[in-house]
Amino acid sequence: MAKMTLEELRKLRDEEKKGLSRRNVENKDTQIIIGMGTCGIAAGAKETLDVFVQTLEECELSNVRVTQTGCMGLCYVEPTVEVIVPGMPDVIYGKVDAEVARKIVRKHIINKALINDHIYDKPSADIVGEGGAQ
Amino acid sequence: MHRSICDFALDIIQNSIEASSGLIVVDFIESDEDVVVYVADNGPGMSAETLEKVKDPFFTDGKKHAHRSAGLGLPFLAQAIELSGGSFEIDSREGMGTSVQFRFSKEDIDSPPIGAVDMTFFAALTFPGDHEMVINRTDSTKVPTSSYSLSRSELSEACGGLETSGALVLLRRFVRSLEEKTGMRSEEATDSFKN
Repeated sequence: MAKMTLEELRKLRDEEKKGLSRRNVENKDTQIIIGMGTCGIAAGAKETLDVFVQTLEECELSNVRVTQTGCMGLCYVEPTVEVIVPGMPDVIYGKVDAEVARKIVRKHIINKALINDHIYDKPSADIVGEGGAQ
Repeated sequence: MHRSICDFALDIIQNSIEASSGLIVVDFIESDEDVVVYVADNGPGMSAETLEKVKDPFFTDGKKHAHRSAGLGLPFLAQAIELSGGSFEIDSREGMGTSVQFRFSKEDIDSPPIGAVDMTFFAALTFPGDHEMVINRTDSTKVPTSSYSLSRSELSEACGGLETSGALVLLRRFVRSLEEKTGMRSEEATDSFKN
């Protein structure tokens, strides 16, 4: 990969804008919030963030909000990630390594199905039982 | 416990962001002998009394988490430095800001690996907030010495913000391209030390 300049970056942004797909409009209120406190960093949250961005690119989702926050209070299951998708319960996932991050994008965000075995907070057990899909 | 020098750097940078600093300057300097990281901010700073306590893992100012009594970022760093014979300095003045400088020797077997520099800068730049961040990267292990600078406000303008996945994809590509071109990025990025 050749070294990019800021000017090339701006140009690339303009090109990407033109190619926005319909899926991007649909996902404009979707949020991924990654816990990047000391505990998260120690558990690999930096790599988790990287995989999320990479997977969103592969899936051509350019309108998802991806942000970071500090410790969410679930240090024992870091890296932790909160996922907000309109029409679905807000979820905090734990132990989000690269594989789980890819699953979150493909299953939760695109296919609207929860990843039950990594949920550590938010939806109650009956919600997971009714609507979740492994 | 953090695994790499980059983990320590990101943790210290986040302290500056979460202290509501308006400006954060990071220098990441690598040579054949060592890695030196310098993080300075213009945040609220600390009193001499508080500064004395920051290496205590059971001390926190209670602002981030009101019900907790642990703050592990700086103690982790101090411990790793102590184990590997590096150096660590922190200076802070109330109302002026805080600066942290640490150095790991490449010769010491207990020094952590450098880690993924591009991923670290990417995470640091995209942590939310209205602050400015300037990152200066120098690598003198190559001839000639490679270097580049990143300004958060410039990158935000060029990418169209730093929150949507589309903007982050562009920023990720940009930072990776700088590391690759300068020969700073390699597949062994996380294992570039002798241990």
